[in-house]
Amino acid sequence: MRTILHSDMNNCYASIELLHHPEFRGRPLAVGGDPEARHGIVLAKDQLAKAAGVKTGMALWQARQVCPDIVFVPPRMELYLRFSRLAREIYAEYTDCQEAFGVDESWLDVTYSSRCRGDGLSIAREINARVKDELGITVSIGVSWNKIFAKFGSDYKKPDAITVIDRDNYRDIVWTKPAEDLLYVGRSTRVRLNRAGIFTIGDIARSDPEYLHRLLGKMGYVLHMFATGEDQTPVNNESYEVPVKSIGNSTTTPRDLVCDQDVKIIIYVLAESVSARLRENNFRCNVVEISVRDNGLFTYTKQTKIERSTDITEEIAVVAYGLFRASYDWHSPIRSVGVRACDLVESTVPVQLDMFSDEDMRQKKHDLDQTIDEIRNRFGYRSVQRGMMYLDRSLSSLNAKEDNTVHPHSYFEDGNRTGSDRYGT
Amino acid sequence: MDDMIRKTYVQVTADFYPDGRMRPTLITWYDGRKFPIDRIKDIRRAASLKAGGVGIRYTCMILGRECYLFYEENYQWFVEEKVMR
Repeated sequence: MRTILHSDMNNCYASIELLHHPEFRGRPLAVGGDPEARHGIVLAKDQLAKAAGVKTGMALWQARQVCPDIVFVPPRMELYLRFSRLAREIYAEYTDCQEAFGVDESWLDVTYSSRCRGDGLSIAREINARVKDELGITVSIGVSWNKIFAKFGSDYKKPDAITVIDRDNYRDIVWTKPAEDLLYVGRSTRVRLNRAGIFTIGDIARSDPEYLHRLLGKMGYVLHMFATGEDQTPVNNESYEVPVKSIGNSTTTPRDLVCDQDVKIIIYVLAESVSARLRENNFRCNVVEISVRDNGLFTYTKQTKIERSTDITEEIAVVAYGLFRASYDWHSPIRSVGVRACDLVESTVPVQLDMFSDEDMRQKKHDLDQTIDEIRNRFGYRSVQRGMMYLDRSLSSLNAKEDNTVHPHSYFEDGNRTGSDRYGT
Repeated sequence: MDDMIRKTYVQVTADFYPDGRMRPTLITWYDGRKFPIDRIKDIRRAASLKAGGVGIRYTCMILGRECYLFYEENYQWFVEEKVMR
């Protein structure tokens, strides 16, 4: 049987800020985007703010309404990433088998470490104590024999707690909880389960997998495995890197975009970042996608296949801008724009040439982009810019590539490895 | 308890050994006073809850007193300064 830990840094961003601002301890605190640049929402909050009813995603003014003495601090992503790295360094002393789930959560497979490091619980205690001493923040750790129950355990008691879910107690701890506490049971799945008389995780586990399959499709098998603790998904090795499926950037702009030129500037900023990351990772893309959100928060995405795979900034920007022009009627101003490169191929893949496109010119553009990448790497992002960026300095001031943040990966990013295929799908 | 703790960055002189070790030897206070570090009793990664920071903590003996010196890994050093309210 495996021994798997799931470690979750409690209120990660808020705890790190509280550590660095001793003067705010004892007051409710939220990490919020910069209200001046209009990223005015709560990204994270501490225990006190949470107790007062502040929710992640609230506008800053709403948070102040429910919690008048709240303190807002702007986010410092590099700092949080540093703590994430430091925590992973601690984990690495207990196993080489760790997998990050976002910035603040990690699974550790310590099955083979128990001979020299003790059983799961004692490793969890050690990690919990060390993170407190060395990083000054707390973690909750779940210990179990599969990833799902380990994560469940880390959510079960917070903050600064350890929960062991073993073969003797999982029915009492996990099965009595509502179905939506299980990973991947969202609102619509919950509604469908409830309608079938399935309310708890235990109900899912006791249901016939074939019945769940009829009810939910393939996810039916998967959820059954999750609920019974039969999930076999391995913890990825530390060095394992997830194959990249797409590269994208989006931004909420410093002010509403009201004309084509505004959007063009932002699309070029984003396309520069996306294509630079394509080149950095030796990819080219076959599909370009844009996402647009207007100031009524209505969002849509459009994508199109391009004729030849590319990593050239201008080609991606032109396609993205074309998509935008063809799809938006300016019924209202725009609040946020995204550009994404999908269907990636390695840049070494041979290309079919044709008689009518100017490959020399494309090669020159590619070389130019690469030269710009190099200049920016050595002298900073702002050392060389497109003339267009001077049309509106407030819009072009963002550095999409470096401000790019890290989002949690999907549990199924590497495919379904739960073992549910034994049912045959 | 009239004292308050403040995070104060300081100038540090350090020795670098051929094997890659680094040892701070002298702290120069912001008013120019110099405090040689007589002995280092302990080195470990630790958080300073009082000053608010994280780094490699050197437990130093200075003028017969024990004090913590933190290396923040952004090439900055700080101490927990006691200030009178």
